[in-house]
Amino acid sequence: METTELSVNGQIHKLEADSRVTLLDALRNHLGLTGTKKGCDHGQCGACTVIVEGRRINSCLTLACMHDGDEITTIEGLGEPGNLSALQSAFVAHDGFQCGYCTPGQICSATAMLEEAKAGWPSFVSDDLDGPDALSDEEISERMSGNLCRCAAYPNIVDAIRQVAGRQVAGAKS
Amino acid sequence: MKPFTYARANDRADAIAQAADATYIAGGTNLLDLMKLEVMAPDKLVDINRLDLSEIGVTDDGGLRIGALVTNSDCAAADRVRRDYPMLSRAILAGASGQLRNKATTGGNLCQRTRCYYFYDTAMPCNKREPGSGCQALHGFNRIHAILGASDACIATYPGDMAVAMTALDAQIEIEGADGETRLVPIEEFHLLPGDHPEKDNILTAGDLITAVILPPPVEGQQIYRKVRDRASYAFALCSVAAIVKMDGETISSAALAFGGLAHKPWRDPDVEALLVGEKPSTDLFGRVADQLLAEAKGYGSNDFKIPLTRRVLISVLKEATDQGASA
Repeated sequence: METTELSVNGQIHKLEADSRVTLLDALRNHLGLTGTKKGCDHGQCGACTVIVEGRRINSCLTLACMHDGDEITTIEGLGEPGNLSALQSAFVAHDGFQCGYCTPGQICSATAMLEEAKAGWPSFVSDDLDGPDALSDEEISERMSGNLCRCAAYPNIVDAIRQVAGRQVAGAKS
Repeated sequence: MKPFTYARANDRADAIAQAADATYIAGGTNLLDLMKLEVMAPDKLVDINRLDLSEIGVTDDGGLRIGALVTNSDCAAADRVRRDYPMLSRAILAGASGQLRNKATTGGNLCQRTRCYYFYDTAMPCNKREPGSGCQALHGFNRIHAILGASDACIATYPGDMAVAMTALDAQIEIEGADGETRLVPIEEFHLLPGDHPEKDNILTAGDLITAVILPPPVEGQQIYRKVRDRASYAFALCSVAAIVKMDGETISSAALAFGGLAHKPWRDPDVEALLVGEKPSTDLFGRVADQLLAEAKGYGSNDFKIPLTRRVLISVLKEATDQGASA
């Protein structure tokens, strides 16, 4: 058993768990935060995406005990009914889902992805390595390629992200 | 996942002291995947994430020292890498997903294992996973498998992109051994061909800790990383080419070419590069260069297509690198 202190959405949790417990299983099964979803459990689908120390990661491919003292943000920490984050509202407004299972991962991923773009990180499809002036649909698709949507709501997901990105990324390089 | 003991290392000496009977874990994105499938089942994990190996610094001769724990994201976005080694940024950004690049580390990425279907399937024989059990890929599904340097024991490929660019860039791997001594290994000598011992991916032995990757001072010339894969993003290379080509007037003065997706290691062939030096770029020349590269190439059925594919990708990259137009 490993003792691990996790700061999740601003709240400290003391976890006593087997070393094999992934961060995903710790969040869902030990802390009762079931917003984060288990899809493939192998880092291929992105449903389990959470934000650790400001970076989006696959919570299925990391052990909870490796995150002692880390700050973790899950979908529950981004917003709640009546007080949704900009991306959460945009996903609702643009119908960025069908079944909704991938949505928490999509929104956590997009939240951190917009910060990466604001920091000037280039992507595989960027024309030059100086980072994007604005996020084109091609840039959004490439940067979100780690999040699969089996219902293929991709056009609406891109619409939702573009709406928020348009407000956030534009001007980041000026 | 099989049970294992977990220990967090506080510093390098602590890590190496604990490592004799253990496996290091850094990003863990490949290792944990393999442990869930019980393809790998270490008794003990030593977590090296808290070691002080996350810096990118300039070396005395003007090169770059990339700490082993620098994430793929940070390496690709680092100003010096973007400016002086753009093919390395491009190669890293061509691999995996944003989430994985945020966890995957420079040292760990060098050690990632093949994505051969049979290596991943514990119900199947595989000489890499279980030496002596046989290779099912030889006569099985082998679309992603090697066309160069393979053996009857194993036709798996090294799957990464980062190391392919580092190979063209003449990187060196800094390794601290169990004896506390640090050694530098040229990346071309780091990964191994399968031969009769495909269970060994690279030269690391028990206790060896990758501490950094050293890049030589920036070289002049056009840098290109071209990757061909089955989908537009988040897929391994069927074939990739990392090229640095320098022109002197109308002739090629130097060329470094490394290839991914073709062999058990990033592939580099000095005879191929030598054919280019001192020559004027032409489609005829590039065809002869491709002939040289692929002279010993061998397909195994489903991957036969990689031979003409590699030929076309190489010619296209060389045209772009020498301003002969980007199309094949």
